[in-house]
Amino acid sequence: MAEPKAEPKPEPKTKYDRQLRIWGEQGQSALEKASICLLNCGPTGSETLKNLVLGGIGSITVVDGSKVENGDLGNNFMVSESNLGQPKAKCVCAFLQELNDAVKAKFIEEHPVTLIDTNPSFFSQFTVVIATQLVEASMVKLDRICRDANVMLIFARSYGLSGFVRISVKEHTVIESKPDHFLDDLRLNNPWPELKKFTESIDLDTSDPVAHKHTPYILILVKMANDWAKAHNGKLPSTREEKREFKELIKAKTIAPDEDNYKEAIEASFKVFAPQGISSSNLKRILDDPCSEVDSCSSDFWVMVAALKEFIANEGGGEAPLEGSIPDMTSSTEIYINLQKLYQAKAEADFIIVGQRVRDILKKIGRDPLSISNDLIKSFCKNARKLTVCRYKSIEEEFNSPILPEMQKYLSDEEYSVAVGFYILLRAVDRFSANYNAFPGQFDGAMDEEISRLKTTAVSLLTDLGCNGSPLPEDLINEMCRYGAAELHAVAAYIGGVASQEVIKLITRQFVPMSGTFIFNGIDHKSQLLSL
Amino acid sequence: MADAGAHQSSRSRDLDKLLLRPGHLVGPAFEPGTELRDDIQEYARILVVGAGGLGCELLKDLALSGFRNLEVIDMDRIEVSNLNRQFLFRLEDVGKPKAEVAAKRVMERVSGVNIVPHFCRIEDKLDEFYSDFMIIVLGLDSIEARSYINEVACSFLEYDSNGNPREETMKPMVDGGTEGFKGHARVILPGITPCFQCTIWLFPPQVKYPLCTLAETPRTAPHCIEYAHLIKWDEVHSGKTFDPDNPQHMQWVYSEALKRAALFSIPGVTYTLTQGVVKNIIPAIASTNAIISAACALETLKIASGCSKTLSNYLTYNGVEGLHTKVTEFVRDKECLMCGPGIFMELETSDTLKMLMDKLGDEPQLLMSGVSVKHGGKTLYMQAPPELEAMTRSNLSISLFKLMEESPKGILHVTGTAGKPGKRQSCSTKLRVAFKGVAGIKDTDMAGGA
Repeated sequence: MAEPKAEPKPEPKTKYDRQLRIWGEQGQSALEKASICLLNCGPTGSETLKNLVLGGIGSITVVDGSKVENGDLGNNFMVSESNLGQPKAKCVCAFLQELNDAVKAKFIEEHPVTLIDTNPSFFSQFTVVIATQLVEASMVKLDRICRDANVMLIFARSYGLSGFVRISVKEHTVIESKPDHFLDDLRLNNPWPELKKFTESIDLDTSDPVAHKHTPYILILVKMANDWAKAHNGKLPSTREEKREFKELIKAKTIAPDEDNYKEAIEASFKVFAPQGISSSNLKRILDDPCSEVDSCSSDFWVMVAALKEFIANEGGGEAPLEGSIPDMTSSTEIYINLQKLYQAKAEADFIIVGQRVRDILKKIGRDPLSISNDLIKSFCKNARKLTVCRYKSIEEEFNSPILPEMQKYLSDEEYSVAVGFYILLRAVDRFSANYNAFPGQFDGAMDEEISRLKTTAVSLLTDLGCNGSPLPEDLINEMCRYGAAELHAVAAYIGGVASQEVIKLITRQFVPMSGTFIFNGIDHKSQLLSL
Repeated sequence: MADAGAHQSSRSRDLDKLLLRPGHLVGPAFEPGTELRDDIQEYARILVVGAGGLGCELLKDLALSGFRNLEVIDMDRIEVSNLNRQFLFRLEDVGKPKAEVAAKRVMERVSGVNIVPHFCRIEDKLDEFYSDFMIIVLGLDSIEARSYINEVACSFLEYDSNGNPREETMKPMVDGGTEGFKGHARVILPGITPCFQCTIWLFPPQVKYPLCTLAETPRTAPHCIEYAHLIKWDEVHSGKTFDPDNPQHMQWVYSEALKRAALFSIPGVTYTLTQGVVKNIIPAIASTNAIISAACALETLKIASGCSKTLSNYLTYNGVEGLHTKVTEFVRDKECLMCGPGIFMELETSDTLKMLMDKLGDEPQLLMSGVSVKHGGKTLYMQAPPELEAMTRSNLSISLFKLMEESPKGILHVTGTAGKPGKRQSCSTKLRVAFKGVAGIKDTDMAGGA
């Protein structure tokens, strides 16, 4: 369909403008280098891929062995009437190619289950495998293959008004986790010498009202914290009474009602009260992780963690490298810019030390000391407080031995009852289909019998998992049979949207991918993440 | 997977499971069967407002959810920066009306679906246009547009003498919105679940910089950009309006912002940031739009068919740090002037329209000024535009009784600015008026009042 176009293409920057504002050039370039394999191109798979193709993913390979039939026309936008009888993979691939000619799109007409059984090495060429609508046995096999080959894997399934998305990756480390709300790194409670010196150069009690109302709160708080500490044996306010008193002292410095800088100082005073050093439990866990004891097999991330640990224990004096940026605040331009430079200089100095430590460690473990780029180390230092590590259990382990106390908790918690019910039933329908060659309610008739069979199957699954005597709601079992393995377009589009969002996070290594298993609840949208 | 019977599958294979089979976790009015499916195909008319990131998805999702009568309204034309998510558009479509291309593309691929595009502003349509639809689905990115549709939809709502909303006058809305990895979907059943006005506080206030910061103490790149955009432009181009869609204008602002940044040694001014600040660009990606639209389409299907429970009533999705979804059941503002039963006012048959408008200014609940008045589909008085004002000015001295065709009571829709000083905002409300001494008024008609 797509004719080669004569007119010059507009800058790809413009086309991707709205997403470049989220993940930047680096994120985009990671996407453009990635190769994706999709297993099964029903609506769930097709919609997942559509969202990635639009965003400019590098290449896609669509694997599906079925032919387009009437039912597909009712739930899959990527196939149309003229495709009836043709290979579905081919038709979906052609439509996706039309969406973005920068993407390399190809298809393989083969049943994914066959491919998993006969050609496991096929999967090692991909960055990410997106496996949709697979039954349990195939999921377990594919998971093992991808883990061995270090290929990221994500499962997605739509089933009536339910569904799930599950990431399976041994370890995913994130430097740029880009949280929405994160406390800035101002060191008001622990200023370094240059910041102290700069503060001393400013007269808080200046008689010039313009200067007074343009003294940034950073300087107000550092100065007042210093004065407080002098009068209190070197200690900062810690009790409720002391904190109140400290705020009163700030208020007393105000000389005019319109001094926003003093209002900001009172609002930000909690930053003075915060304990010094590493406060994020997330970062503490990473520093304590056994992987931070590095050897020649360690990833760049863990080498940098090892260097970070050394920095904190030595030059950092208990603190991580300074982030180096300050929020906007009421201030004169000059003081603000000087402060900004001061923070940047300290961040740069910290980065240089960490960089040296990284090189030393690399040398020690027998790697090229320059094998980690300065840009990466700089980004690592800037984001040191926000580092994130995600680990995912293997599918086999979760399926055979889920965390029982968690399971019991979900089963008895009303907030989770539908989600955990769907979780069990989504597994039960696979057992059902292995026994009866069709999903419960897939074909019309004998609904009552199917319901009671599904119930028996679910009960025996629960027993196998060790959750005896935890009944599932009858209504939900009925509901599951009513669904009869239907792949509804709206549900598939939702699940596909979730899966593609997670794939983007995995590939760009920005933001934090979901943990556990996401269970979609299309009845009232009370979806849940289950950590089993 | 079983393959039996595959070749004879019908197009509605999957949807039929949901619409033809009885269930326990369904809506109260659910009557499964082929009749339900056929009625949705034949009679359910759905309006999609917006043919952008959400609108494209919505049209596809609804077309594949059993709806065959869709209309879409959007005033915008396709831009290159839409193509990373608005999947119904291609590079060669740039410059064409979004509504028209979107409608055409979906009709090409899903046979049997009819989509009527409306390439115009939402304000260009009469209220009757909106009243014609079973459900209005919103894929918008502005509070103003949402408020407008909300006002129209709520104006159809009538209350019975017990103060309960009359179901047949209720115009359900399903609304979605996204920003980056985050989004929301909500169901609004006017009179039952909160309308936009009830929860207007949900929208965060827009970032605005104090002019004195821009002029005297700039500190950040956006300060320099807004200085060039809001102050310097007017100084240099007296009388010429700044047009954010004109690349030359944008380039000028960018270069001025750069000069100012250099003057104060402020880092970070780029062309991309300039566009972002000036046009208030909200980052947007395909996946989030897909999720939110799908949730909205699913809820639309549920409202139309009763095939499952509905979202009650506000879903948030956040994929920034892990994945968090949450359903919040907001409650209506009983005092809401938009979706409430409105304000009751008793008038003399001799009272003129002007006198009514003066009364609205004195009414302690309203203190409304700058009033415009509508009755049914007819405009009685309009403050703006000037042409309309001139056309309706003569009504001011006519008695309202006469203007309302001498019916003993009726409903007016009034808009204007209302509230106490310092808290005044644009406001729209229903006014239930009754004329003194005219037969046909019973006490019950006044029950359930304000």
